[in-house]
Amino acid sequence: MSGGDNKDVLQPANFAFTPENRAEADRIIAKYPTDRQASAVLPLLYLAQRQVGWVPRAAMDHVAEILDMAPIRVYEVATFYTMFHLEPVGKYHLQVCRTTPCWLRGADQMTETCKKKLGIGLKEVTKDGLFSLIEVECLGACANAPVVQINDDFYEDLDPKRLEWILDELAAGRVPPFGSQSGRKGAEPAGGPTTLKEIARPTGAPAE
Amino acid sequence: MPKMTIDGIEIEVPAGITVLQACEMAGKEIPRFCYHERLSVAGNCRMCLVEQEKAPKPIASCAMPVAEGMVIKTDSPVVKKARQGVMEFLLINHPLDCPICDQGGECDLQDQAMAYGYHSSRYREEKRAVPDKEFGPIVKTIMTRCIQCTRCIRFATEVAGVEILGATGRGEHMEVTTYVEKTINSELSGNLVDICPVGALTSKPYAFIARPWELRKTQSIDVMDAVGSAIRIDSRGREVLRILPRVNDDVNEEWLADKSRYAVDGLRRQRLDRPYLRVDGKLTPATWPAALEAIANRVTGLPGNRMAAIAGDFADAESMFALKGLMTELGSPNLDCRQDGAALDPNARASWLFNSTIAGIEKGDAILIVGSNPRWEAPVLNARIRKRYLKGGLKIGVIGPKLDLTYPYQHLGQTADVLGQVASGAHAFADVLKNAKSPMLILGQGALRGPEGAAMLGTARKLADTCNLVREDWNGFSVLQTAAARVGGMEIGFVPQPNGRNVAGILEGTAKGEIDFVYLLGADEIDMTRLGKAFVVYQGHHGDAGAHRADVVLPGVAYTEKSGIYMNTEGRAQIAEPAIEPLGEAKEDWAILRALSEKLGHTLPYDTLEQLRRALFKAAPNLQQLGAIVPAKWETFGRTGAVTARAFHLPIANYYMTDPISRASETMARCTDAFVAPMTGTGTHG
Repeated sequence: MSGGDNKDVLQPANFAFTPENRAEADRIIAKYPTDRQASAVLPLLYLAQRQVGWVPRAAMDHVAEILDMAPIRVYEVATFYTMFHLEPVGKYHLQVCRTTPCWLRGADQMTETCKKKLGIGLKEVTKDGLFSLIEVECLGACANAPVVQINDDFYEDLDPKRLEWILDELAAGRVPPFGSQSGRKGAEPAGGPTTLKEIARPTGAPAE
Repeated sequence: MPKMTIDGIEIEVPAGITVLQACEMAGKEIPRFCYHERLSVAGNCRMCLVEQEKAPKPIASCAMPVAEGMVIKTDSPVVKKARQGVMEFLLINHPLDCPICDQGGECDLQDQAMAYGYHSSRYREEKRAVPDKEFGPIVKTIMTRCIQCTRCIRFATEVAGVEILGATGRGEHMEVTTYVEKTINSELSGNLVDICPVGALTSKPYAFIARPWELRKTQSIDVMDAVGSAIRIDSRGREVLRILPRVNDDVNEEWLADKSRYAVDGLRRQRLDRPYLRVDGKLTPATWPAALEAIANRVTGLPGNRMAAIAGDFADAESMFALKGLMTELGSPNLDCRQDGAALDPNARASWLFNSTIAGIEKGDAILIVGSNPRWEAPVLNARIRKRYLKGGLKIGVIGPKLDLTYPYQHLGQTADVLGQVASGAHAFADVLKNAKSPMLILGQGALRGPEGAAMLGTARKLADTCNLVREDWNGFSVLQTAAARVGGMEIGFVPQPNGRNVAGILEGTAKGEIDFVYLLGADEIDMTRLGKAFVVYQGHHGDAGAHRADVVLPGVAYTEKSGIYMNTEGRAQIAEPAIEPLGEAKEDWAILRALSEKLGHTLPYDTLEQLRRALFKAAPNLQQLGAIVPAKWETFGRTGAVTARAFHLPIANYYMTDPISRASETMARCTDAFVAPMTGTGTHG
């Protein structure tokens, strides 16, 4: 969600770290040498995003003030990294991986499933603010394609049915276990272990 | 001194320079977009690629330091192919709209595409488009043309000291922007137009006015402040269309302040193009003979002490010299060139010069700024202070209003008495100055004006002693002038002669009826209501305050229309050259005075400008040293006496409107609305 100044976004007038986050910010800043506190800009922006779910402009200004930087220098950083959300995202932010391995294993279907199920397009948020959807490039879990990242967790080895179930669970306020949804452990071969069978433990059953 | 080989030429170059600079020393031209001599190295445009022996791929010469034994090729097939490739990539997203682009004809991208690019484009896909930004009344943006060299970002951050430009987004989505719409609030913003290598940032007032090949270029000197920046006046026919800086490393490097650049439209408005006579209380057009006759009628028989002359801020040395000659012939001692009443000591040259010199700022390691806002009074000089600050190890103190000067400083106090504390050594900043290697005092006109001006000058002089400002090979006592004419006027002694009155005295005289005749040589910044019943002659080029009060108006010419010597605040004599013909019936200023002197029966002893200059150089030999500075002798000056805790009144209330030319300029009015009005909240009348 990079790309700069979207004028349609309602920007809050003020932002301040909560006392806990402010203490955390001070702890982060202390890691860097004096006069080099600007190095803390990335972790502080991330902290701000953790606090409100996205990075409003007021948060960037607040970070700039804390770090004694020109605000534009913070805007540059915040707009450069796609992991900073410059617009509000849903409580569950769905990132569908669309790079080749996932695409070959059905990423398009994952996107379609989300769109149909949630009634939103890419870069949109559901009316209830629960879900937002984007496509991203390689999430680095190609062995478990297709993959959808929901907030901080990877949901792997998906198929449309399983994904719909996960969305239902989330909507109902339950968080399904993350990781492979096909029953295998980690990225082990789909049919079970082929080597070191004697020490490999049996795979846990899927949560369904 | 590493030795290297560039295209087979063996050359020894200074250590620490870049390969690009070394190539230039060897006489090889290296194309570039992002590299700029006076900005930090970015190395992102890749246009300066050269081949280095034993390197696996071409190197960016702007970012590569030289090393012993380097072998560089700038004309090999590899380099040619690399340049063509870079150029092709740059042109993928650059619109091919040169015919409707204001940069056309003076565009680095256009020139280098011709010299180093392919003959035609292979790109058939869609190009990207970028929304334009609002940068204020001076800089026009067409951001689709931006090639992201980031020169403007670096200029704003490093030289101008306003850190509001940046590059947001990444890759193809990168945009140069202020992010939150903000105008470029800098007095140096016009330089963004110059450093932009393409047509992304162009001049708003000059938009679609002319093509560079239509222009006549005249090398001259700027008079909008006392820095004396080197300028190039671009004119077509009888109009000055724009003003650009020239390189002068001693003065303006290659920057120019916005007022010096963009007040030119003021040269076309409110101009005096014929003589006027006041008839029945109204100024009516008159002929030259009638105007001179009217003056002669009033002056004849008048004793010298009932006459006075005041020179304004744009007066050239020649016309002031001629006016002084005439007044002396008429027996009047009442002369002054210090419209603002600043207490410059006529007898001590060091008391009105920027003795450290502008380039000398880079040597200074402690600066005390008193009663001055250098950002408005001399933006280019202020950029030099910032340049010195960026090098590190500079301590700056300020006495006067707390302002954003584009560099941090220690604020010592608002009032004049703090200077006394530093001078007596009681203030801690005195030790900072004492312990510095090259300490400086920048004394503004704001400190020297008003009734305590002479005492302030004396206190500053005392500070120079206590803090050791003047040492062997160093004079840190620097007076910052605001008017281009001032130093020249002081140099030729356009000051009260024995028993003469200064500006305050003259205005007192006119108000009381003791002076009947006042000659204003372009003087507009005095209180005209105090001229009383005096007969006022105004010689100048703009219908401003002086002309409105005058009984006779003699149309002179502006600095773009005459050859005249101006001495800048350092004491550097420079010559301004005419770019266009005088307007209407206007005449060169010295010639008007010469004609008047004949009419008055006191013919001045010169018939040509050359003869006048010969006499001028005899009287004021320092003016002859064009381009050079004759250092001032260090003497005693100023009045001893305590200074009270009074606040300073800085000479400039609105940077964009300080004189008849800028007050007539529409662009300057727009700048006032955009930049000054939000600060003061008083609209355009600041």
